[in-house]
Amino acid sequence: MSDPGIDAGAARAWVRGAADVFGRRMDYLTGLDTAIGDGDHGTNMQRGFAAAAEAVGSGDHGTAGEVFTTTGRTLISSVGGASGPLYGSLFRTAGKRLSGAGTEPGDVGSALEDGVEAVGRLGGAREGDKTLLDACLPAVAALTGVLRSRGDVVEAARAAADAAAKGAKDTEDMVARKGRASYMGQRSAGHRDPGAASAALLFEALATAVGESKETG
Amino acid sequence: MKKFLNDPDQVITDTLTGLAAVHAELTVDTERRIVTRARPAPGKVALVSGGGSGHEPLHAGFVGPGMLDAACPGEVFTSPVPDQVSAAVAATDTGPGVLFVVKNYTGDVLNFEMAAELAGEDSVATETVLVNDDVAVRDSTFTAGRRGTGATLLVEKMAGALAERGAPLASVAEMGRRVNDASRSFALALTACTTPASGRPGFTLAEDEIEVGVGIHGEPGRSRERMRPSRDLAAVLVESVLDDMPRAADSPAIVLLNGMGGTPLHELYLLYGDVAAELRRRGVSVARTLVGNYVTSLDMAGASLTVCGADEEMLELWDAPVATPHLRWKV
Repeated sequence: MSDPGIDAGAARAWVRGAADVFGRRMDYLTGLDTAIGDGDHGTNMQRGFAAAAEAVGSGDHGTAGEVFTTTGRTLISSVGGASGPLYGSLFRTAGKRLSGAGTEPGDVGSALEDGVEAVGRLGGAREGDKTLLDACLPAVAALTGVLRSRGDVVEAARAAADAAAKGAKDTEDMVARKGRASYMGQRSAGHRDPGAASAALLFEALATAVGESKETG
Repeated sequence: MKKFLNDPDQVITDTLTGLAAVHAELTVDTERRIVTRARPAPGKVALVSGGGSGHEPLHAGFVGPGMLDAACPGEVFTSPVPDQVSAAVAATDTGPGVLFVVKNYTGDVLNFEMAAELAGEDSVATETVLVNDDVAVRDSTFTAGRRGTGATLLVEKMAGALAERGAPLASVAEMGRRVNDASRSFALALTACTTPASGRPGFTLAEDEIEVGVGIHGEPGRSRERMRPSRDLAAVLVESVLDDMPRAADSPAIVLLNGMGGTPLHELYLLYGDVAAELRRRGVSVARTLVGNYVTSLDMAGASLTVCGADEEMLELWDAPVATPHLRWKV
Protein backbone atom coordinates (compact mmCIF):
# COMPACT_ATOMS: atom_id res chain seq x y z
CA MET A 1 0.00 0.00 0.00
CA SER A 2 1.26 3.44 -0.80
CA ASP A 3 1.86 6.04 1.87
CA PRO A 4 -1.46 7.86 2.32
CA GLY A 5 0.27 11.21 2.64
CA ILE A 6 -1.65 12.45 5.63
CA ASP A 7 -4.04 10.04 7.32
CA ALA A 8 -6.95 10.94 9.58
CA GLY A 9 -4.77 10.67 12.69
CA ALA A 10 -2.18 13.10 11.33
CA ALA A 11 -4.92 15.46 10.15
CA ARG A 12 -6.46 15.43 13.61
CA ALA A 13 -3.04 15.95 15.19
CA TRP A 14 -2.57 18.95 12.88
CA VAL A 15 -5.83 20.58 13.95
CA ARG A 16 -5.17 19.90 17.64
CA GLY A 17 -1.61 21.16 17.30
CA ALA A 18 -2.88 24.30 15.58
CA ALA A 19 -5.38 24.86 18.40
CA ASP A 20 -2.52 24.54 20.86
CA VAL A 21 -0.22 26.94 19.00
CA PHE A 22 -2.96 29.56 18.45
CA GLY A 23 -3.74 29.35 22.17
CA ARG A 24 -0.11 30.07 23.00
CA ARG A 25 0.50 32.69 20.31
CA MET A 26 -2.82 34.53 20.60
CA ASP A 27 -1.24 37.72 21.94
CA TYR A 28 1.45 37.70 19.25
CA LEU A 29 -1.15 37.62 16.45
CA THR A 30 -3.38 40.16 18.16
CA GLY A 31 -0.37 42.44 18.58
CA LEU A 32 0.38 42.24 14.84
CA ASP A 33 -3.28 42.94 14.05
CA THR A 34 -3.45 45.87 16.46
CA ALA A 35 -0.66 47.57 14.52
CA ILE A 36 -2.36 47.49 11.11
CA GLY A 37 -5.85 46.08 11.63
CA ASP A 38 -8.39 46.00 14.40
CA GLY A 39 -6.70 43.73 16.92
CA ASP A 40 -8.82 40.59 16.95
CA HIS A 41 -6.92 38.08 14.82
CA GLY A 42 -5.33 36.18 17.73
CA THR A 43 -8.56 35.70 19.64
CA ASN A 44 -10.39 34.74 16.44
CA MET A 45 -7.86 32.04 15.48
CA GLN A 46 -7.75 30.73 19.05
CA ARG A 47 -11.54 30.51 19.25
CA GLY A 48 -11.90 28.87 15.83
CA PHE A 49 -9.24 26.20 16.17
CA ALA A 50 -10.25 25.36 19.75
CA ALA A 51 -13.74 24.70 18.39
CA ALA A 52 -12.34 22.75 15.42
CA ALA A 53 -10.13 20.58 17.64
CA GLU A 54 -13.18 19.71 19.68
CA ALA A 55 -15.28 19.04 16.59
CA VAL A 56 -12.82 16.63 14.96
CA GLY A 57 -12.71 14.65 18.21
CA SER A 58 -10.11 12.15 19.25
CA GLY A 59 -11.42 8.92 17.74
CA ASP A 60 -9.75 6.91 14.98
CA HIS A 61 -12.73 6.75 12.67
CA GLY A 62 -13.08 8.81 9.54
CA THR A 63 -10.68 10.03 6.88
CA ALA A 64 -8.35 13.01 6.57
CA GLY A 65 -10.89 14.46 4.14
CA GLU A 66 -13.60 14.31 6.79
CA VAL A 67 -11.33 15.89 9.38
CA PHE A 68 -10.58 18.76 6.99
CA THR A 69 -14.23 19.25 6.03
CA THR A 70 -15.35 19.34 9.66
CA THR A 71 -12.54 21.75 10.48
CA GLY A 72 -13.57 24.05 7.64
CA ARG A 73 -17.23 24.05 8.61
CA THR A 74 -16.40 24.71 12.25
CA LEU A 75 -14.13 27.64 11.37
CA ILE A 76 -16.83 29.21 9.20
CA SER A 77 -19.47 28.87 11.91
CA SER A 78 -17.36 29.99 14.86
CA VAL A 79 -14.79 32.58 13.77
CA GLY A 80 -16.52 35.35 11.83
CA GLY A 81 -14.50 38.23 10.38
CA ALA A 82 -12.52 37.55 7.23
CA SER A 83 -10.37 34.79 8.69
CA GLY A 84 -13.37 32.53 9.38
CA PRO A 85 -14.59 32.21 5.79
CA LEU A 86 -11.04 32.27 4.35
CA TYR A 87 -9.44 29.58 6.54
CA GLY A 88 -12.77 27.77 6.59
CA SER A 89 -12.84 27.57 2.79
CA LEU A 90 -9.22 26.38 2.72
CA PHE A 91 -10.04 23.35 4.87
CA ARG A 92 -13.49 22.69 3.46
CA THR A 93 -12.27 22.74 -0.14
CA ALA A 94 -9.26 20.57 0.70
CA GLY A 95 -11.52 18.15 2.56
CA LYS A 96 -13.96 17.83 -0.33
CA ARG A 97 -11.11 17.19 -2.76
CA LEU A 98 -9.55 14.55 -0.51
CA SER A 99 -12.83 12.70 -0.03
CA GLY A 100 -13.04 12.01 -3.73
CA ALA A 101 -9.34 11.26 -4.15
CA GLY A 102 -7.24 8.19 -3.66
CA THR A 103 -4.48 7.88 -1.13
CA GLU A 104 -1.45 8.80 -3.18
CA PRO A 105 1.14 10.90 -1.36
CA GLY A 106 0.55 13.80 -3.71
CA ASP A 107 -3.18 13.94 -3.02
CA VAL A 108 -2.97 15.94 0.17
CA GLY A 109 -0.75 18.44 -1.64
CA SER A 110 -3.27 18.83 -4.47
CA ALA A 111 -6.09 19.13 -1.95
CA LEU A 112 -4.37 21.93 -0.06
CA GLU A 113 -3.49 23.55 -3.38
CA ASP A 114 -7.21 23.59 -4.24
CA GLY A 115 -7.96 24.94 -0.76
CA VAL A 116 -5.59 27.85 -1.14
CA GLU A 117 -6.93 28.57 -4.60
CA ALA A 118 -10.44 28.78 -3.08
CA VAL A 119 -9.13 31.31 -0.54
CA GLY A 120 -7.81 33.48 -3.36
CA ARG A 121 -11.11 33.31 -5.23
CA LEU A 122 -13.19 34.13 -2.17
CA GLY A 123 -11.11 37.06 -0.97
CA GLY A 124 -10.17 38.28 -4.43
CA ALA A 125 -6.55 38.60 -3.34
CA ARG A 126 -3.36 37.75 -5.19
CA GLU A 127 0.22 37.10 -4.20
CA GLY A 128 1.83 40.33 -3.02
CA ASP A 129 -1.36 41.89 -1.61
CA LYS A 130 -0.04 41.33 1.94
CA THR A 131 -2.51 38.67 3.04
CA LEU A 132 -2.43 35.08 4.29
CA LEU A 133 -1.94 34.01 0.66
CA ASP A 134 1.63 35.31 0.77
CA ALA A 135 2.41 32.54 3.26
CA CYS A 136 -0.04 29.90 1.98
CA LEU A 137 0.91 29.97 -1.72
CA PRO A 138 4.66 29.32 -1.23
CA ALA A 139 3.83 26.77 1.46
CA VAL A 140 1.61 24.59 -0.74
CA ALA A 141 4.01 25.02 -3.67
CA ALA A 142 6.84 23.68 -1.49
CA LEU A 143 4.61 20.91 -0.15
CA THR A 144 3.47 19.65 -3.53
CA GLY A 145 6.96 20.08 -5.00
CA VAL A 146 8.56 17.73 -2.46
CA LEU A 147 5.64 15.30 -2.48
CA ARG A 148 5.72 14.93 -6.26
CA SER A 149 9.49 14.61 -6.53
CA ARG A 150 10.31 12.48 -3.49
CA GLY A 151 7.00 11.54 -1.89
CA ASP A 152 8.23 12.17 1.64
CA VAL A 153 5.46 13.73 3.68
CA VAL A 154 7.64 14.69 6.65
CA GLU A 155 10.14 16.44 4.42
CA ALA A 156 7.35 18.08 2.43
CA ALA A 157 5.60 19.46 5.52
CA ARG A 158 8.91 20.81 6.80
CA ALA A 159 9.52 22.57 3.47
CA ALA A 160 5.99 24.00 3.59
CA ALA A 161 6.51 25.37 7.09
CA ASP A 162 9.81 27.00 6.11
CA ALA A 163 8.30 28.51 2.96
CA ALA A 164 5.32 29.86 4.92
CA ALA A 165 7.62 31.41 7.54
CA LYS A 166 9.64 33.12 4.83
CA GLY A 167 6.47 34.22 3.05
CA ALA A 168 5.14 35.74 6.26
CA LYS A 169 8.39 37.58 6.87
CA ASP A 170 8.34 38.91 3.30
CA THR A 171 4.98 40.61 3.92
CA GLU A 172 6.79 43.09 6.18
CA ASP A 173 7.95 45.10 3.18
CA MET A 174 4.64 44.99 1.35
CA VAL A 175 1.94 47.64 1.10
CA ALA A 176 -1.44 46.06 1.83
CA ARG A 177 -4.00 46.02 -0.98
CA LYS A 178 -6.60 43.79 0.66
CA GLY A 179 -8.19 43.53 4.09
CA ARG A 180 -8.28 46.00 6.94
CA ALA A 181 -4.62 46.99 6.58
CA SER A 182 -5.21 48.25 3.03
CA TYR A 183 -6.82 51.41 4.44
CA MET A 184 -3.45 52.46 5.83
CA GLY A 185 -1.82 52.50 2.41
CA GLN A 186 1.94 53.13 2.65
CA ARG A 187 1.75 53.12 6.43
CA SER A 188 1.07 49.38 6.36
CA ALA A 189 4.64 48.71 5.19
CA GLY A 190 7.05 47.72 7.96
CA HIS A 191 4.50 45.46 9.65
CA ARG A 192 4.12 41.71 9.26
CA ASP A 193 0.67 40.73 8.00
CA PRO A 194 -1.25 39.01 10.81
CA GLY A 195 -2.96 36.59 8.39
CA ALA A 196 0.34 35.53 6.85
CA ALA A 197 1.74 35.12 10.36
CA SER A 198 -1.14 32.85 11.39
CA ALA A 199 -0.70 30.82 8.19
CA ALA A 200 2.98 30.35 9.05
CA LEU A 201 1.98 29.05 12.50
CA LEU A 202 -0.55 26.74 10.86
CA PHE A 203 2.03 25.16 8.52
CA GLU A 204 4.53 24.90 11.37
CA ALA A 205 1.85 22.94 13.26
CA LEU A 206 1.47 20.69 10.19
CA ALA A 207 5.22 19.94 10.12
CA THR A 208 5.15 19.12 13.83
CA ALA A 209 2.05 16.92 13.54
CA VAL A 210 3.33 14.97 10.53
CA GLY A 211 6.79 14.54 12.07
CA GLU A 212 5.38 13.21 15.31
CA SER A 213 2.85 10.92 13.70
CA LYS A 214 5.58 9.31 11.57
CA GLU A 215 7.83 8.83 14.62
CA THR A 216 5.14 7.11 16.62
CA GLY A 217 4.31 4.86 13.76
CA MET B 1 -7.71 48.88 31.00
CA LYS B 2 -10.65 49.58 33.26
CA LYS B 3 -13.99 48.36 31.93
CA PHE B 4 -17.24 46.90 33.23
CA LEU B 5 -16.37 43.32 32.43
CA ASN B 6 -16.67 39.80 33.79
CA ASP B 7 -14.84 37.64 31.28
CA PRO B 8 -13.54 38.87 27.90
CA ASP B 9 -14.78 35.61 26.32
CA GLN B 10 -18.32 36.26 27.56
CA VAL B 11 -18.60 39.92 26.52
CA ILE B 12 -21.24 39.43 23.84
CA THR B 13 -23.42 37.05 25.84
CA ASP B 14 -23.28 39.38 28.84
CA THR B 15 -24.08 42.42 26.67
CA LEU B 16 -27.06 40.65 25.11
CA THR B 17 -28.29 39.59 28.55
CA GLY B 18 -28.32 43.25 29.58
CA LEU B 19 -29.98 44.36 26.34
CA ALA B 20 -32.75 41.81 26.93
CA ALA B 21 -33.26 43.09 30.47
CA VAL B 22 -33.77 46.65 29.21
CA HIS B 23 -35.87 46.14 26.09
CA ALA B 24 -39.00 44.02 26.35
CA GLU B 25 -39.90 45.13 22.83
CA LEU B 26 -36.98 43.05 21.52
CA THR B 27 -36.45 39.30 21.50
CA VAL B 28 -32.85 38.62 22.37
CA ASP B 29 -31.58 35.14 21.58
CA THR B 30 -28.29 34.91 23.48
CA GLU B 31 -27.73 31.35 22.25
CA ARG B 32 -27.95 32.02 18.49
CA ARG B 33 -26.93 35.66 18.96
CA ILE B 34 -29.71 37.38 17.13
CA VAL B 35 -31.91 40.28 18.18
CA THR B 36 -35.37 40.48 16.61
CA ARG B 37 -38.60 42.41 17.13
CA ALA B 38 -40.66 40.85 19.91
CA ARG B 39 -43.68 41.47 17.68
CA PRO B 40 -42.64 40.35 14.20
CA ALA B 41 -44.04 42.26 11.24
CA PRO B 42 -45.52 39.74 8.79
CA GLY B 43 -46.02 40.36 5.09
CA LYS B 44 -43.22 42.86 4.64
CA VAL B 45 -39.67 42.65 3.38
CA ALA B 46 -37.43 41.92 6.38
CA LEU B 47 -34.33 44.02 7.00
CA VAL B 48 -31.42 42.16 8.57
CA SER B 49 -28.16 43.82 9.46
CA GLY B 50 -25.21 43.00 11.62
CA GLY B 51 -21.53 43.35 12.10
CA GLY B 52 -18.98 43.40 14.84
CA SER B 53 -20.04 44.41 18.33
CA GLY B 54 -18.57 47.56 19.82
CA HIS B 55 -20.50 49.94 17.54
CA GLU B 56 -23.57 50.22 19.77
CA PRO B 57 -26.29 51.29 19.28
CA LEU B 58 -25.56 49.96 15.77
CA HIS B 59 -27.11 47.44 15.01
CA ALA B 60 -29.32 45.95 17.72
CA GLY B 61 -30.35 49.42 18.91
CA PHE B 62 -32.07 50.01 15.57
CA VAL B 63 -34.33 46.95 15.61
CA GLY B 64 -37.99 47.89 15.65
CA PRO B 65 -40.90 49.23 13.57
CA GLY B 66 -39.65 51.52 10.82
CA MET B 67 -36.13 50.13 10.75
CA LEU B 68 -34.56 46.66 11.19
CA ASP B 69 -36.31 43.36 11.76
CA ALA B 70 -33.20 41.63 13.08
CA ALA B 71 -29.60 42.31 14.00
CA CYS B 72 -26.74 39.80 14.24
CA PRO B 73 -24.00 41.00 16.58
CA GLY B 74 -20.60 39.39 16.04
CA GLU B 75 -17.72 39.30 18.49
CA VAL B 76 -16.17 42.70 19.21
CA PHE B 77 -15.13 44.20 15.84
CA THR B 78 -15.65 40.80 14.16
CA SER B 79 -18.47 40.13 11.73
CA PRO B 80 -21.21 37.63 12.61
CA VAL B 81 -20.93 34.09 11.26
CA PRO B 82 -23.24 32.79 8.49
CA ASP B 83 -25.19 30.63 10.98
CA GLN B 84 -26.29 33.75 12.85
CA VAL B 85 -27.46 35.48 9.71
CA SER B 86 -29.31 32.32 8.64
CA ALA B 87 -31.03 32.21 12.04
CA ALA B 88 -32.06 35.85 11.57
CA VAL B 89 -33.43 35.07 8.10
CA ALA B 90 -35.42 32.12 9.44
CA ALA B 91 -36.80 34.26 12.26
CA THR B 92 -37.89 37.20 10.11
CA ASP B 93 -38.71 36.04 6.58
CA THR B 94 -42.44 35.88 6.00
CA GLY B 95 -42.33 35.49 2.22
CA PRO B 96 -41.48 38.79 0.50
CA GLY B 97 -37.74 38.27 1.04
CA VAL B 98 -34.92 39.68 3.12
CA LEU B 99 -32.68 42.69 2.63
CA PHE B 100 -29.16 42.49 4.07
CA VAL B 101 -27.54 45.80 4.99
CA VAL B 102 -23.81 45.08 4.99
CA LYS B 103 -20.91 47.40 5.73
CA ASN B 104 -18.05 47.06 3.28
CA TYR B 105 -15.50 45.19 5.35
CA THR B 106 -14.05 41.95 3.97
CA GLY B 107 -15.34 39.86 6.88
CA ASP B 108 -18.87 41.25 6.80
CA VAL B 109 -19.07 40.85 3.04
CA LEU B 110 -17.87 37.23 3.05
CA ASN B 111 -20.07 36.06 5.91
CA PHE B 112 -23.23 37.70 4.54
CA GLU B 113 -22.41 36.31 1.07
CA MET B 114 -22.30 32.81 2.54
CA ALA B 115 -25.57 33.44 4.36
CA ALA B 116 -27.17 34.68 1.13
CA GLU B 117 -26.12 31.45 -0.59
CA LEU B 118 -27.65 29.39 2.21
CA ALA B 119 -30.87 31.44 2.04
CA GLY B 120 -30.98 30.81 -1.72
CA GLU B 121 -30.75 27.06 -1.10
CA ASP B 122 -33.81 27.44 1.15
CA SER B 123 -35.59 29.43 -1.61
CA VAL B 124 -35.59 32.67 0.38
CA ALA B 125 -35.02 35.71 -1.83
CA THR B 126 -32.33 38.07 -0.54
CA GLU B 127 -30.79 41.30 -1.75
CA THR B 128 -27.76 43.03 -0.29
CA VAL B 129 -27.05 46.73 0.06
CA LEU B 130 -23.34 47.27 0.53
CA VAL B 131 -22.66 50.45 2.50
CA ASN B 132 -19.40 52.15 1.48
CA ASP B 133 -19.54 55.82 2.41
CA ASP B 134 -16.13 56.48 3.97
CA VAL B 135 -14.23 58.97 1.80
CA ALA B 136 -11.05 58.51 3.89
CA VAL B 137 -10.34 55.49 1.72
CA ARG B 138 -8.71 56.80 -1.43
CA ASP B 139 -7.51 54.67 -4.31
CA SER B 140 -10.19 52.15 -3.55
CA THR B 141 -9.07 49.97 -6.44
CA PHE B 142 -5.89 49.29 -4.45
CA THR B 143 -7.70 48.58 -1.19
CA ALA B 144 -10.62 46.52 0.02
CA GLY B 145 -12.74 49.50 -1.08
CA ARG B 146 -14.46 52.22 0.89
CA ARG B 147 -15.57 51.26 4.37
CA GLY B 148 -19.15 51.38 5.53
CA THR B 149 -19.67 53.76 8.45
CA GLY B 150 -22.31 56.36 9.41
CA ALA B 151 -24.42 55.96 6.27
CA THR B 152 -25.42 52.53 7.58
CA LEU B 153 -27.90 54.25 9.91
CA LEU B 154 -29.35 56.30 7.04
CA VAL B 155 -29.71 53.25 4.78
CA GLU B 156 -31.38 51.25 7.55
CA LYS B 157 -33.76 54.10 8.39
CA MET B 158 -34.93 54.93 4.87
CA ALA B 159 -35.01 51.40 3.43
CA GLY B 160 -36.70 50.32 6.67
CA ALA B 161 -39.41 52.96 6.27
CA LEU B 162 -40.06 51.87 2.69
CA ALA B 163 -40.26 48.19 3.71
CA GLU B 164 -42.77 49.16 6.39
CA ARG B 165 -45.02 50.53 3.65
CA GLY B 166 -45.07 47.15 1.97
CA ALA B 167 -42.72 47.87 -0.93
CA PRO B 168 -41.28 44.84 -2.74
CA LEU B 169 -37.72 43.61 -2.12
CA ALA B 170 -36.25 45.09 -5.30
CA SER B 171 -37.57 48.59 -4.48
CA VAL B 172 -36.40 48.45 -0.87
CA ALA B 173 -32.95 47.37 -2.03
CA GLU B 174 -32.89 50.10 -4.66
CA MET B 175 -33.74 52.71 -2.04
CA GLY B 176 -30.95 51.42 0.20
CA ARG B 177 -28.48 51.76 -2.66
CA ARG B 178 -29.73 55.25 -3.51
CA VAL B 179 -29.21 56.41 0.06
CA ASN B 180 -25.75 54.89 0.11
CA ASP B 181 -24.83 56.49 -3.21
CA ALA B 182 -25.98 59.89 -1.95
CA SER B 183 -24.06 59.65 1.34
CA ARG B 184 -20.45 60.34 2.28
CA SER B 185 -18.66 60.17 5.65
CA PHE B 186 -15.34 61.09 7.21
CA ALA B 187 -14.00 60.53 10.74
CA LEU B 188 -11.41 61.93 13.14
CA ALA B 189 -10.09 60.26 16.32
CA LEU B 190 -8.71 62.08 19.34
CA THR B 191 -7.86 58.80 21.10
CA ALA B 192 -7.74 55.12 20.15
CA CYS B 193 -10.20 52.61 21.55
CA THR B 194 -9.42 49.60 23.73
CA THR B 195 -10.94 46.22 22.87
CA PRO B 196 -11.90 44.02 25.86
CA ALA B 197 -9.83 41.12 24.48
CA SER B 198 -6.54 42.97 24.00
CA GLY B 199 -6.88 45.39 26.90
CA ARG B 200 -4.64 47.89 25.15
CA PRO B 201 -5.40 50.91 22.96
CA GLY B 202 -5.21 50.17 19.22
CA PHE B 203 -2.68 52.96 18.74
CA THR B 204 -1.16 55.69 20.87
CA LEU B 205 -1.58 59.37 20.23
CA ALA B 206 0.37 62.12 21.94
CA GLU B 207 -1.62 64.88 23.68
CA ASP B 208 -1.33 67.12 20.64
CA GLU B 209 -1.95 64.47 17.97
CA ILE B 210 -5.10 63.27 16.19
CA GLU B 211 -5.70 60.42 13.77
CA VAL B 212 -7.41 61.62 10.61
CA GLY B 213 -9.61 59.41 8.45
CA VAL B 214 -10.14 56.55 10.90
CA GLY B 215 -12.60 53.72 10.41
CA ILE B 216 -14.92 52.45 13.10
CA HIS B 217 -12.69 49.70 14.49
CA GLY B 218 -9.93 51.69 16.06
CA GLU B 219 -7.84 50.83 13.05
CA PRO B 220 -5.39 53.64 12.30
CA GLY B 221 -6.47 56.32 9.85
CA ARG B 222 -4.83 57.69 6.75
CA SER B 223 -2.63 60.27 8.48
CA ARG B 224 -1.60 61.57 11.87
CA GLU B 225 -1.87 65.30 12.35
CA ARG B 226 -1.64 68.07 14.94
CA MET B 227 -4.60 68.73 17.22
CA ARG B 228 -6.40 71.95 16.25
CA PRO B 229 -9.39 74.03 17.45
CA SER B 230 -12.87 72.62 16.78
CA ARG B 231 -13.64 75.02 13.91
CA ASP B 232 -10.55 73.87 12.04
CA LEU B 233 -11.44 70.21 12.54
CA ALA B 234 -15.01 70.92 11.44
CA ALA B 235 -13.57 72.41 8.25
CA VAL B 236 -11.53 69.23 7.66
CA LEU B 237 -14.63 67.05 8.14
CA VAL B 238 -16.85 69.16 5.89
CA GLU B 239 -14.25 69.63 3.18
CA SER B 240 -13.37 65.92 3.05
CA VAL B 241 -17.03 64.94 2.76
CA LEU B 242 -18.18 67.64 0.32
CA ASP B 243 -15.20 67.19 -2.00
CA ASP B 244 -16.58 63.76 -2.74
CA MET B 245 -20.32 64.48 -2.73
CA PRO B 246 -22.11 63.64 -5.98
CA ARG B 247 -24.73 66.39 -5.47
CA ALA B 248 -24.45 68.40 -2.28
CA ALA B 249 -25.08 72.03 -3.01
CA ASP B 250 -28.41 71.65 -4.79
CA SER B 251 -30.03 69.04 -2.52
CA PRO B 252 -31.32 69.42 0.99
CA ALA B 253 -28.89 67.51 3.23
CA ILE B 254 -29.49 65.02 6.00
CA VAL B 255 -26.54 65.48 8.34
CA LEU B 256 -25.34 63.01 10.98
CA LEU B 257 -22.63 64.17 13.37
CA ASN B 258 -21.76 60.94 15.10
CA GLY B 259 -19.73 60.42 18.25
CA MET B 260 -17.33 57.48 18.40
CA GLY B 261 -18.30 56.53 21.95
CA GLY B 262 -15.82 58.45 24.09
CA THR B 263 -16.76 62.04 23.24
CA PRO B 264 -19.34 63.78 25.45
CA LEU B 265 -22.44 65.27 23.83
CA HIS B 266 -21.31 68.72 24.92
CA GLU B 267 -18.30 68.44 22.63
CA LEU B 268 -20.42 67.01 19.81
CA TYR B 269 -22.81 69.97 20.01
CA LEU B 270 -19.85 72.34 20.10
CA LEU B 271 -18.36 70.65 17.04
CA TYR B 272 -21.74 70.63 15.28
CA GLY B 273 -21.98 74.40 15.67
CA ASP B 274 -18.76 74.68 13.71
CA VAL B 275 -19.87 72.05 11.17
CA ALA B 276 -23.16 73.90 10.61
CA ALA B 277 -21.34 77.19 10.04
CA GLU B 278 -18.95 75.53 7.60
CA LEU B 279 -21.82 73.87 5.69
CA ARG B 280 -23.64 77.21 5.51
CA ARG B 281 -20.50 78.90 4.26
CA ARG B 282 -20.33 76.34 1.47
CA GLY B 283 -23.97 76.80 0.52
CA VAL B 284 -25.30 73.47 1.77
CA SER B 285 -28.86 73.63 3.05
CA VAL B 286 -29.32 71.32 5.98
CA ALA B 287 -32.80 69.79 6.05
CA ARG B 288 -32.44 67.29 8.93
CA THR B 289 -29.80 66.84 11.62
CA LEU B 290 -28.91 64.08 14.02
CA VAL B 291 -26.18 64.55 16.65
CA GLY B 292 -25.13 61.81 19.07
CA ASN B 293 -23.43 58.45 19.52
CA TYR B 294 -24.94 56.16 16.88
CA VAL B 295 -22.12 54.29 15.14
CA THR B 296 -19.45 54.05 17.80
CA SER B 297 -16.03 52.55 18.19
CA LEU B 298 -16.09 51.37 21.83
CA ASP B 299 -14.49 54.11 23.94
CA MET B 300 -12.79 56.03 21.15
CA ALA B 301 -12.94 59.81 21.44
CA GLY B 302 -13.70 61.36 18.09
CA ALA B 303 -16.45 62.08 15.63
CA SER B 304 -17.58 61.29 12.13
CA LEU B 305 -19.61 63.44 9.78
CA THR B 306 -22.08 61.92 7.34
CA VAL B 307 -23.86 64.03 4.74
CA CYS B 308 -26.63 62.62 2.55
CA GLY B 309 -27.86 64.65 -0.41
CA ALA B 310 -31.54 63.79 -0.10
CA ASP B 311 -34.45 63.98 -2.55
CA GLU B 312 -38.13 64.46 -1.62
CA GLU B 313 -38.81 60.75 -1.23
CA MET B 314 -35.77 60.24 0.97
CA LEU B 315 -36.79 63.11 3.28
CA GLU B 316 -40.26 61.64 3.57
CA LEU B 317 -38.85 58.22 4.45
CA TRP B 318 -36.45 59.83 6.93
CA ASP B 319 -39.39 61.55 8.65
CA ALA B 320 -41.53 58.38 8.76
CA PRO B 321 -42.23 56.96 12.23
CA VAL B 322 -39.53 54.84 13.82
CA ALA B 323 -39.66 52.99 17.14
CA THR B 324 -36.35 51.39 18.05
CA PRO B 325 -34.37 51.58 21.29
CA HIS B 326 -32.05 54.30 19.97
CA LEU B 327 -33.88 55.97 17.10
CA ARG B 328 -37.43 56.94 17.88
CA TRP B 329 -39.76 59.58 16.55
CA LYS B 330 -43.39 60.30 15.62
CA VAL B 331 -44.60 57.25 17.54
